[in-house]
Amino acid sequence: MATLDKDYLNYPERSYGMDHDRYEWSMLQDRKPIAWPNGKKVAVWINVGLQYFPLNQKGIPFKVPGGMTKPYPDLRHYSLRDYGNRVGIYRFLKAFDQHNLTPTFAMNTRLAERLPYLVGTLKERQNEILCHGYDMDSLHYGGQDLKEEKALIRKSLDGLRELTGQEIKGWISPAKNESANTPDILAANGISYFCDWVNDDMPYDFKTKNGILTAMPLPTELDDYFIINHNLHSAQDWAEQVEDAFEFLLKESTSGGGRILSLNIHPWVLGQPHRIQYLERVLELLGNHEEVWIASASAILESWTKQQ
Amino acid sequence: MKEDPGYYDYWPYKERPKIEWPNGAKLAFWVAPNIEFYELDPPNNPFRKPWPQPSPALPGYTSRDWGNRVGHVRQMELLDKYGIRGSISLSTALCDHHPEIIELCKERNWEFFSHGIYNTRYTYGMTESQEREMIKDSIETIYKHTGQKCAGYLAPALSHSENTLDLFAEVGTELFGDQAGFYSCDLFHDDQPTPINLRSGKRFASIPYSLEMNDTIAYLVQKITPRRYGKELMDNFDRLYAEGAESGTIMCIPTHNYQVSNAHRIKAYEEALEYITGHPDVWVTTGKEIAQYFLDNYYDTALADIATKNQSYGHIG
Repeated sequence: MATLDKDYLNYPERSYGMDHDRYEWSMLQDRKPIAWPNGKKVAVWINVGLQYFPLNQKGIPFKVPGGMTKPYPDLRHYSLRDYGNRVGIYRFLKAFDQHNLTPTFAMNTRLAERLPYLVGTLKERQNEILCHGYDMDSLHYGGQDLKEEKALIRKSLDGLRELTGQEIKGWISPAKNESANTPDILAANGISYFCDWVNDDMPYDFKTKNGILTAMPLPTELDDYFIINHNLHSAQDWAEQVEDAFEFLLKESTSGGGRILSLNIHPWVLGQPHRIQYLERVLELLGNHEEVWIASASAILESWTKQQ
Repeated sequence: MKEDPGYYDYWPYKERPKIEWPNGAKLAFWVAPNIEFYELDPPNNPFRKPWPQPSPALPGYTSRDWGNRVGHVRQMELLDKYGIRGSISLSTALCDHHPEIIELCKERNWEFFSHGIYNTRYTYGMTESQEREMIKDSIETIYKHTGQKCAGYLAPALSHSENTLDLFAEVGTELFGDQAGFYSCDLFHDDQPTPINLRSGKRFASIPYSLEMNDTIAYLVQKITPRRYGKELMDNFDRLYAEGAESGTIMCIPTHNYQVSNAHRIKAYEEALEYITGHPDVWVTTGKEIAQYFLDNYYDTALADIATKNQSYGHIG
């Protein structure tokens, strides 16, 4: 029988705070309450993931959730993901515009390279664009070669900045996975906030070797892919969960200060004809609610930063 | 390896001696929040990988950290509202990492029981002396930080050895005599407390800590919706409450702050707590109080009944 290393009962990090030095241990309840502009209680950040899942997926070091699962060529998953960028996204845009809502877009740079029409459409809208890595198969992971990762991040950011003409301050890694170096490289490349650490409901300061990043809350648990494709709930269930979350956050904001409801949604999931009505239902509720501030990630971050 | 863990004997759920909880309650209700610390870069265990991705495995680590930063206070306020004292299944290293959480629970006179040191350090592969040392460390840590003599155990990440329950009982006796180490949450064989056979012969009980009602099993394994989870809690309660008229039952809701306190889930949980605590014949209590009450009042009757029932149709072959 295999035995354990003698150090298995040694606990070098067993002391006050976290078991790493990236951020301070802090409970939400102990922080200064935040007030959103115009007395609004809940800031709603609608973030649309625009993703490219390549057919020739390498899966290093793991197959990205939502990626190819069948032997090559996995046409079913490739084309069903691509559906979102052809059809679903235009349903999304129509729904946003109907309620005059401001979304942000987290885009794979490879998708921007491939679809100038979509980039042109987004540029005309002037909504904020975040970088979502190069493509969904270009993962950041523990053990990744540092030079390789630096080059990957530079390629992703330079490409997206050039194609969109935007500054690109925000980042979401594919699968929200990172190496130990990712935050340091992001900070060195002009990123000011990132969304991979889903450990808070409010922004917080995250230390890197190259200065402070802000971690922005974008919970995976309310993500449409997570609820519908991973948990196998219906789109109606997704809408109910968002509604319950909103009701709770609104209530909590009366004692705890302004809250953020972040919706991470994907046109290949909720953009389907049988699902879009549930996104519309949620947008109608949030878009018309007098306590809600629909805002971009940067606008929320700016308001939060001013109050620190 | 053994065919059967040997911890308990067969005891049919039929014509058992009647258990009556304090004040004639039919059901003992307890909530067991797991307050856990998962490490970002835990050491390797050859029997179980702590995380699916190479370290740093953000998805799992960060969602659990959320439970401590945000989720804990949410659940605590809810338990306050319904007059429930939590029985905490504690990664005891959390006393060092996050003493603020420990203080909040102490102020509320919640129970602390051992859930190991970290939830990323598994019992698998430990020698008997290593497991004893780990358990002892956990009980001493609880005593040092809370003054409580740890009564219960839930092995870290439900990772066990053949000796886990024996060792927990023995270390409890070594440190605090009969006042510590007298119940376990590690077995899921019954809806009532049952006597446990230990090599030391110590009076020791298994207290039902339902895996079926566990939020993490419901949400991460069964992947049910929050509203469905709330309904299952109420259905579970309805049946156990009705059966409790015949002989007292136990309902436990084991929770995790990183699951049940999510904004989209807490409403369904609250509805269930409101429903359950709104019934008259419910003893809202802690794991330790249930175990103590059983050991003091029904343990001997239970042992005698088990012996009688097992003799009535002949012995196990």
